[in-house]
Amino acid sequence: MNRKISHQAHLLKEIMSYEFTAVELNLFLDTHPNDVKALTEYNQVTECLKKLKFEYEKCYGPLTNFGTSPSQHPWRWIDEPWPWQIEY
Amino acid sequence: MWIYEKKLEYPAKVSGPNPRLAKIIIEQYGGSDGELSAGIRYLTQRYTMPTGMAKGVLTDIGTEELAHFEIVGTVVYKLLKGVSPQQMQEAGMGAYYADFGKGIFPINAAGNPWTAAYIDAKDDPISNLHEDLAAEQKARAVYENLLNLSDDPCVNDTLKFLREREVVHFQRFGEVLDNVQTWMNSKKVF
Ligand SMILES: [Fe+2]
Repeated sequence: MNRKISHQAHLLKEIMSYEFTAVELNLFLDTHPNDVKALTEYNQVTECLKKLKFEYEKCYGPLTNFGTSPSQHPWRWIDEPWPWQIEY
Repeated sequence: MWIYEKKLEYPAKVSGPNPRLAKIIIEQYGGSDGELSAGIRYLTQRYTMPTGMAKGVLTDIGTEELAHFEIVGTVVYKLLKGVSPQQMQEAGMGAYYADFGKGIFPINAAGNPWTAAYIDAKDDPISNLHEDLAAEQKARAVYENLLNLSDDPCVNDTLKFLREREVVHFQRFGEVLDNVQTWMNSKKVF
């Protein structure tokens, strides 16, 4: 299938990829809390993610709710697509 | 407290509608070694764990398993998209359709609903962690079975990602077991 993926899906995939790295480093740090290299990488990825999410949320509304990310008017949290509806 | 993130952990793609595949993939949604079992098992075992590391790893892996539950649910949802009741019946999902329609309900591939009997949570960190290590290996084995049965390369990509996560989780749980054993030995004063 050669369907061109949307700008939204493209940005989201970039976020997914960085956040996956963060998940992996997080689990590693849980059992290697003194590993300086992993911690430095974790903090770098966290910074990148913050920027990417800010970019994404400007266009497509909040990625997280309950006070973790502001919304434009009208309340955009309920905007579709939800994750299972997105074509990657 | 949990914060939902409006994204999947990994892209879940399917090549097209495929109810026969949906019928077996659902094993990892509501089966004994599936992602729901994994998430509930770890998040339930956290409370009586003796070390910060054990509590942290169970929290984090349990949370990641819920993200996997969502990925598998998404795969099943997408595999059933555009499928008619007739096609579901022909694929062996007639009984499923009669009960749930195209809702995504946690059953295993044989049709049994998810049950808490699939998991355990004892006030004994060693037995819990051995259960978790075995659970990760069993989940890996099920993903390999599903890969042997699947004919959709897009679904295979997602299944391979999920299988790899089980291997990493197994590794982390092994480290936690060491940590808890060290802690227990340090407590033994004769
Ligand atoms: Fe796992």
